[in-house]
Amino acid sequence: MQFPVISIIVFAPLVAAIIMLLMKEEAKNEIRVVALTTAVFDLILSAWVYFQVYMNPTMEYQFVEKVDWLPALGISYHVGVDGISTPLVLLTGIVMFTGVLISWGIDDRPREFFAFMFLLAGGVFGVFVSLDLFLLFFFYEIAVFPMYLLISIWGWKVTREYAAMKLTLYLFLGSVFALVGALAMYFTNYQLNGVLTFDMLEIEKAGFSAQFQYIWFLPVFFGFAILGGIFPFHNWSPDGHVAAPTAVSMFHAGVLMKLGAFAALRVGIMLLPEGAKQWAWLVFGFAMVNVVYGAFIAFIQKDMKYVIGFSSVSHMGLVALGFSTLTADGITGASLQMFSHGIMTALFFAATGMVYDRAHTRQIPELGGMVKYLPWVAITFIIGALVSMGMPGFSGFVAEFPIFMGVWQVSPIAAIIASISIVITAAYILLVVRKVFYGEVPEHFEGHITPISILDKIALATLVIFMVALGTMPFLMVPMVQEGVNNVLRILGGA
Amino acid sequence: MDFLNTHLLTTILFFPVLTAMIVWILPSDQVKAIRWTAFGGSLIAFIFSVYLWMNFDPNLAGYQFEEQYIWYEAIHSTFHVGIDGLSLTMVILTTLLTPLAILASFGIVDRVKAYMMLFLFLETGMLGVFLAADLIIFFVFWEIGLVPMYFLINQWGNPKGERELWGGIKISSRNYASLKFMVYTMAGSLGLLLAIQLLGVLFRNYDLVYLTQRWTSLDPNGTLMGVSTATVKTIVFWAFVIAFALKVPVWPFHTWLPDAHTEAPTAGSMILAGVLLKLGAYGFLRLVLPLFPEQSAQYAGWMAFLATMAIVFGAFAAYGQTDFKKLVAYSSVNHMGFVLLGIAAAATKIGTEDATIALNGAVLQMFNHGLSAAGMFFLVGVIYERTHTRNLEDFGGLFPLVPVYGGILIFTSMASLGLPGLNGFVSEFLVVRGSFPLLPIYTSIAIIGLFFTGAYILKGIRKVLHGPLNEHWAHGEHKLTEINLREIIVMAPLMALMLYIGIWPTGLLDVINKAMSALF
Repeated sequence: MQFPVISIIVFAPLVAAIIMLLMKEEAKNEIRVVALTTAVFDLILSAWVYFQVYMNPTMEYQFVEKVDWLPALGISYHVGVDGISTPLVLLTGIVMFTGVLISWGIDDRPREFFAFMFLLAGGVFGVFVSLDLFLLFFFYEIAVFPMYLLISIWGWKVTREYAAMKLTLYLFLGSVFALVGALAMYFTNYQLNGVLTFDMLEIEKAGFSAQFQYIWFLPVFFGFAILGGIFPFHNWSPDGHVAAPTAVSMFHAGVLMKLGAFAALRVGIMLLPEGAKQWAWLVFGFAMVNVVYGAFIAFIQKDMKYVIGFSSVSHMGLVALGFSTLTADGITGASLQMFSHGIMTALFFAATGMVYDRAHTRQIPELGGMVKYLPWVAITFIIGALVSMGMPGFSGFVAEFPIFMGVWQVSPIAAIIASISIVITAAYILLVVRKVFYGEVPEHFEGHITPISILDKIALATLVIFMVALGTMPFLMVPMVQEGVNNVLRILGGA
Repeated sequence: MDFLNTHLLTTILFFPVLTAMIVWILPSDQVKAIRWTAFGGSLIAFIFSVYLWMNFDPNLAGYQFEEQYIWYEAIHSTFHVGIDGLSLTMVILTTLLTPLAILASFGIVDRVKAYMMLFLFLETGMLGVFLAADLIIFFVFWEIGLVPMYFLINQWGNPKGERELWGGIKISSRNYASLKFMVYTMAGSLGLLLAIQLLGVLFRNYDLVYLTQRWTSLDPNGTLMGVSTATVKTIVFWAFVIAFALKVPVWPFHTWLPDAHTEAPTAGSMILAGVLLKLGAYGFLRLVLPLFPEQSAQYAGWMAFLATMAIVFGAFAAYGQTDFKKLVAYSSVNHMGFVLLGIAAAATKIGTEDATIALNGAVLQMFNHGLSAAGMFFLVGVIYERTHTRNLEDFGGLFPLVPVYGGILIFTSMASLGLPGLNGFVSEFLVVRGSFPLLPIYTSIAIIGLFFTGAYILKGIRKVLHGPLNEHWAHGEHKLTEINLREIIVMAPLMALMLYIGIWPTGLLDVINKAMSALF
């Protein structure tokens, strides 16, 4: 048996969480060291997995591990990665590492904070690698639950209870719908083939009737896509971002939203391909609203975090838009966009958090001239802004270009309309850059803005490196994603 | 040497980035080291491009020194660079002007490291556009060049001045100018981006040669995506034209230019006028004419009309300025009008002898304007640095105080005016000679416009150098100092080339002519 590297990636954060909870509460520094060690360990392992898949991209799942769990119910522990999930595993590793670095200064119960964060990270890793439907739900709920505690305990005092409640209710509601759909697949598969199994590779071959897929696609896809922030169920997300502490916002927008989009692809589109073809127009329409409307709403926000929150809605709309084209270009772009947006938005939230920690306000009109005190934050934020505008040479362009090519194949008019969002995005993000980082420094900030620590700098630099690397050298990621997308296209019948 | 021969273009293209990385590692307080490293790096890039020039064979049609690497397989875009006579001329211009502009900015003291790095990135961005043989790569570099220029204007621009936006919001002039520059170019690029995507979806390939061949051989009576091919082609044509016209800039899209120039630092203006404007004209020659010969012929009258307007109004507007730098900025609109006139005239009957002459004139004019505009902006910068004013009314009679500066200014102005024996004459004559048989009326109006070119240039000289001496600059702490050695070194190569091309244009024209004959 090969070295179970995927399982180690998934369970290392969970084990670390337990270890931290067993440590003394006063041993804050030791707890931080445990957290950082685990994060570095996971980052290295996920980079190794990434490298292996990069060297040998295939349509099949790699690093597959399969152990019977509850054979009577057809539940197995079945994990593996393909070209679409491998970048997301790496993304989770990166966000976890940078998240720990920038949360170093958290002084309020760091033990519980890091433990919950790692529980969340373990759940996220688990979803990305699950090949068993039951396992996927299991990890999915593990990922959602700590979010509630993280926001309501460590969040922004003004809205944290409200936001935590709203977020959790939305996401549970979605997962309930998706779960019903999953059970329907489970039992129908039993009726059709006489096998009780949650294994997704088996269910793929079940041969569901078009009618069945037509009915169940909507609850399954949208159930997951809620977490991806799809219109009209996007409402929880900006509120959640704003209320969450910095590292949790990074996780939330950087990784958790991808969880929804990824599960919607893996379970919704890949298990119910006929349903996807039937309903693609509806997803396409909603995603268009996401893209354009999200950008407009972001434009009028005054709170930095709300701007970024709604920009996430807009950018995640591009992911759903790419999926809904059901073309090679669209899905490839959407998969790249998940990675690119994850890194970019993590950077945005990290930078915003650093500004807020020092200025104690996120109101854009009240800020100004931060470049003088926080040059690193300013420069990295600008690079993030360029990514967000889809500037060529950065990862955003590499991701958005194929999405638009996919959209052209479905509807040229839609491509032209969606391009409006690029202009609006450029407008709002440059507005933030100009207002927050340049211009006059308000007088009461003089002397209050302390420089950021070396750990913060490492975190920001790490994120920037990945954005530039993908933007200038797309060949480092694209071939493996293409293989993953080929698998999806095979299921869709070469569409 | 072998590596260099096979990777010459990528070496030239990325050498500035490499230099920028070295500059980045240097400590921020070592200002001198930073300046000289940046200058040295850009000079080496220039030496490489001279080497390229010497090894270039003008008799071969198509791209030379081609390099192709895997870049983005999923959308079938490769990192494909190549060079022909047209791009070679522009590469020489870019690599020549960048070291001079860097030398011109030795006076910058504020955040020198960031400034030099941006400048070097800018050079790579511009070179990439000229070298690209793949539409996506073209677009990537087209957009990347925007970012450093935006920050150069925004951060190192003229700190004084305020502008009122709609709604009574007040922002500083340099913010206004940089934003306007960004918004104009991005608005143009959006159409370009959509058009590129459309081409990509149709042909699943972005290679320029392949695309041109497929796109021009489409059945004109067929349909694309449910719309007739002719309509789609017309729409895509205009998307390209608007994007490039904004950059040239063509009247009436030129209003960002005077704003950007007045606010930009001197070296920024040199590059802006010297190279960035050529990107738009290059786009016309490299993409619009080859991809859309029928549409170009059909709408050539419109383009010629806009070009003539640019020539006439540019000259009038330049004459009306009291700000020295704005005068030079509007002269760019005027001179670039000739480039577009030549292109428009050639578009009417592509392939004829007259068309080729007009195109030769247009390309040579691009090169010449690069030299003279960079020189003029630098000279404005020289005097501004000493007097802190650009108002023409504040000068007067300075010739006896600064005879060397005065001589250089008159020489460069004459080149810009088109005095026979200097470079501007050759190219403007070629444009007019080629265009006249094809578009007699517009060309006639443009020639009349030339008269006003003379008027505004003489006005500039008269207001600065002649007339009663403004005593303010003659004595005491405001005493005007003569142009220094570093500044003369910046001007010397420009002036030498102006004279050389004016007297013996054959060397350059031969390359351009063969490229134009091969392209069209």
